[in-house]
Amino acid sequence: MTDDIFQGYKGLALEVLKKYNVRVWGQAVIKTTRGEFVGTVLPRSENDDDRHIVMKIPTGYNIGLDIATIAGMKETGYKKANYKIPEKEFPYTEGLPKVKLIGTGGTIASRLDYRTGAVIPAFSPGELYGAVPELASICNLTTEKVFAVFSENMSPDHYKKLAIAIGKEIEAGVDGIVIGHGTDTLHHTAAALTFMVQNSPVPIVLVGSQRSSDRPSSDAALNLMHACTAAGHGDIAEVMVCMFGPTSDEYGFLHRGTRVRKMHSSYRSTFRTIGDTPLATITRKGLKPIKETYNHRRKDRKVTILPYFEEKVSIVYYYPNMQPDIIDSLVEHGYKGIVIAGTGLGHVNKPLYPAIERAAKAGVAVYMTVQTLWGYVHMFVYDTGRDLMALGVVPSENMLPEVAYIKLGWALGQTSDLEEVKRIMLAPINDETTPREPYNGYLIYQGGVTEVEDFIRKVHK
Amino acid sequence: MAQNIDPKRNYEETRHKTGYVTRGESTQETYDRLGFMSGLEVHQQLKTSQKLFCRCPAGIYQKPGDFDAEVIRHMRPTLSELGEYDGTALMEFKTRKNIIYRLKSKTSCTYEVDDTPPFPLNREALSIAIEISLVSKLNIVGEVHITRKQYLDGSIPTGFQRTAIIGVEGEIPLRNKKIRLIQLSLEEDSCREVSDIGHTRIYRTDRLGMPLIETVTYPDMTNPDEVKEACNYIRFLGRSTGKVRTGIGAGRQDVNVSCKGGTRVEIKGVAHSRWIPELTHNECFRQWALLSIRDLLNARFPDCKLWNLTHVLLDLHAFNSKNGFTKDAKANGFKLVAVNLPGFKGILSHFTQPGKMFANELSERLKVIACIEFPNMTHSEEIDPLFTPVDWEKANILLKPSENDAQLIFRGPEEDIKTAIETIEERCRMAFAGVPPETRKSFENGTTIFERVLPGADRMYPDTDSAPIPLENDYIESLSKNQPEEVILRYKRLKDWNIPEDCYTYIFKKNLFPLIERIITELDLNPAFVGKFFGHAVKWVEGQYKPTAEFDYKIIYALLRFIKQRNLDISIARRMLPQVYQYPKMEFESALTSMNYKAVAKEQIVSKIPFLRNKFAEIRLSKGPDVEHNWIMGQLRRQAEGNMSLRELHEAVRD
Repeated sequence: MTDDIFQGYKGLALEVLKKYNVRVWGQAVIKTTRGEFVGTVLPRSENDDDRHIVMKIPTGYNIGLDIATIAGMKETGYKKANYKIPEKEFPYTEGLPKVKLIGTGGTIASRLDYRTGAVIPAFSPGELYGAVPELASICNLTTEKVFAVFSENMSPDHYKKLAIAIGKEIEAGVDGIVIGHGTDTLHHTAAALTFMVQNSPVPIVLVGSQRSSDRPSSDAALNLMHACTAAGHGDIAEVMVCMFGPTSDEYGFLHRGTRVRKMHSSYRSTFRTIGDTPLATITRKGLKPIKETYNHRRKDRKVTILPYFEEKVSIVYYYPNMQPDIIDSLVEHGYKGIVIAGTGLGHVNKPLYPAIERAAKAGVAVYMTVQTLWGYVHMFVYDTGRDLMALGVVPSENMLPEVAYIKLGWALGQTSDLEEVKRIMLAPINDETTPREPYNGYLIYQGGVTEVEDFIRKVHK
Repeated sequence: MAQNIDPKRNYEETRHKTGYVTRGESTQETYDRLGFMSGLEVHQQLKTSQKLFCRCPAGIYQKPGDFDAEVIRHMRPTLSELGEYDGTALMEFKTRKNIIYRLKSKTSCTYEVDDTPPFPLNREALSIAIEISLVSKLNIVGEVHITRKQYLDGSIPTGFQRTAIIGVEGEIPLRNKKIRLIQLSLEEDSCREVSDIGHTRIYRTDRLGMPLIETVTYPDMTNPDEVKEACNYIRFLGRSTGKVRTGIGAGRQDVNVSCKGGTRVEIKGVAHSRWIPELTHNECFRQWALLSIRDLLNARFPDCKLWNLTHVLLDLHAFNSKNGFTKDAKANGFKLVAVNLPGFKGILSHFTQPGKMFANELSERLKVIACIEFPNMTHSEEIDPLFTPVDWEKANILLKPSENDAQLIFRGPEEDIKTAIETIEERCRMAFAGVPPETRKSFENGTTIFERVLPGADRMYPDTDSAPIPLENDYIESLSKNQPEEVILRYKRLKDWNIPEDCYTYIFKKNLFPLIERIITELDLNPAFVGKFFGHAVKWVEGQYKPTAEFDYKIIYALLRFIKQRNLDISIARRMLPQVYQYPKMEFESALTSMNYKAVAKEQIVSKIPFLRNKFAEIRLSKGPDVEHNWIMGQLRRQAEGNMSLRELHEAVRD
């Protein structure tokens, strides 16, 4: 058990602790060439160096001591911290909707991890109720942890497991489903679930947080309340992402799972609907639709679960002077589908043509999307586009590159017939391609400078 | 039943029983009897060009109404590293405030609104903090760990302050004793409050994130003057490096006070050290008074668990108070609630601070915790009652109090009533235990009001967004080379130079010692003259005039050198100073011209004396030994300034 009593320490620092017989969580007096220090020895993060010992001094602050300065240590006591979110039984209220919260990891509720020095998720109805008691007045919540991975580690297997779990919950009679998820690839999962869980009678709401719940200013609690409201009370029975509308604690947006994208590395209001307007705004009082058409909540329990995915699919983000061997190596490694994020209306340079032709000939499905994110692929406008189509590249309208990647994987998971794949790709399931783009969608978010200035001056953003 | 005691008399009597004396009447014995104990947390902003955790400019301020955008947030309590909720955190959560931040593009980026993780710690600030830690004789840590200190009042949008310990266990010398230091930390400054009304608190983010150091002392000070002395010493020590900011708001201190049997109470954000003695004196007596209230209550209720208040909703329209208390309540749609406090007769009007009684403690908490604005309540022991005895009778029919009870009536929005009653009950229960730990806001008159519950060590959490920063020996040694001379040694040297003590505060406050030393050695001027020139003349001029451009004290050096080089008598410096101060860019020669200075030989001035003597004999009105002397001096002073010393002139006139 030496590992445990010297948690995280290694090399020289570990030797020093062993030499003076001082444990992690031991209260110690440490003599150094810079004076004497008193406090509790804390675990050290594994990625930090082996030349310092961390301690919490009596005022509550943490400091590090350089082992080269240590002349002596003496353990005078021992007190291990017991970090635990207070757990209270989630109360049942007659008449409130049944909502199932499915956990996948992420920062909805989290605690400190000394191993990495970062935060790790914690999750149970009791813990959530302890942290966000308001949930009890919104719904009757039960939870299930399907798996615990960070958002960036989500894989097709996870999508499939989630889809199956959701199917079971719907059949079991829940009124709505909330999925707690890390934010980095939340939109990939949202797209995957849109394709894998079709015709749901109840809302399926994906939610995360941009500021972890160990911070007083976290957006986690409000996002969770919004998500539970949308899942339990909302009329929109689709796969949606529920995150902050503005950065202020005012209202959330419900984004359609196929049109949403994370657009800022750290902002609270990072998720934006691209090429359209969001589905609805949501507050704790309820949701207000922005879009006029959506799938309404139903009483029946009919849902179609289609858990398929071909993993040998890739996105190629085009840049000037891209070499053909990039495409060739994908083909050589057995890739069955390639989504290109092209420039402008959907272009790549000429030297790539032979490689694309080789790919098409080898039976690889090649689809074109745009790096601009906003707007459609238009391959008839320039010769470049026509040439590419002649080589076998399929333009995929205004499908977002990540969504096209997920959909192509899902389609190829069902069939290897490229014509059938094409049919699936171009028949929208829930607005991954839209026949029209509202003229004001782009303006609303990127608009004229003076109008935007005026807007942010008047409105809490 | 209301006013069944004489509140004014009770107030005076309880003040007398508490043993309250003014500060002028107090001696060390007074404070020893109370067990006066005080410690300090002195904050000083550092003079860096950028903020501590982002690249926004530091030291640029905006007016309260000048902003480009607003962001609204709410704060929720979270667990500390050791898995506890903090008391203040829970109280702040109860208050449910809408926090609005006013942003100015120039001084705020996404970091200020907590939409971007911190950038690496500002190295310039780190170096300054280490330098000041070294002069404070603190033990420097081996590795700097950024910690999050929770603040749920919204003063920091993240809900916590990023702060890091640089050194622990140091000491500073006062005139008669040494004061031990607990620690020095480097932290980001908080927002400035614009307003706090009802459930809305507004902040400006210009000051947010500016680097500052906090020096914390042990509670080693045993009288109010010592606290001020220690505070000044710490500030002067920071200023002696020339790397801390000065001016309004750049330095603030929190003062911790307790009395024997009392509790540590923190007086927050004291802007001037000269306020400290009165504030600490009164706080010590407030605690002493609360202990006497505790004894009274415990005698009345041996088991305080059995104590319970009762309350009843009044029909607002049946009441009509003085000063619009009920009229405003009606206009705002408020509710009116009467509360009976069993056994609190004589407690509500019990002395706590000069001009304040126990009832104020309840009212202040209603404002802060239940968010009900002043005036939020009135009570049965009001010196100037708002309600008539008839109105009180109406309330008491419902409350059915006993002889020894006291009553209060408060008003407020319906949704705040529950919290208000809980708040009153909680504060009354605390009275049985003595002094509640709190932070209090200070006023210039030396009194304080409740600000929030005192936070504990439970609000600390490691900052998972920042990596620890190792401090190598070489780095610390290189910084120790820049150390200024210790302030206490400078005190001694000022004394040796015969500079009067009333100049010292000014000299240290403005960090003028290095300049004075330079003038004395390089210009070979009389040290006492130079000290007084700054401590009296420059200080006076600053209070009288406004400079038209930035006035740098180095101009004084140039002025004195000019006078020396021109071979003028040094006495002219005082006459030139107002000119030079008001027009810092003016040539000294022009300053002389503009004040009509003429070079006149000493002999020529002296030669006028016999003529003036004769003249005086003609116009003489009163007799007296010095009348003639003073008159002649008056006639010649102007001409003499710059041309001969006034002492020489004196002697010449006397002969």
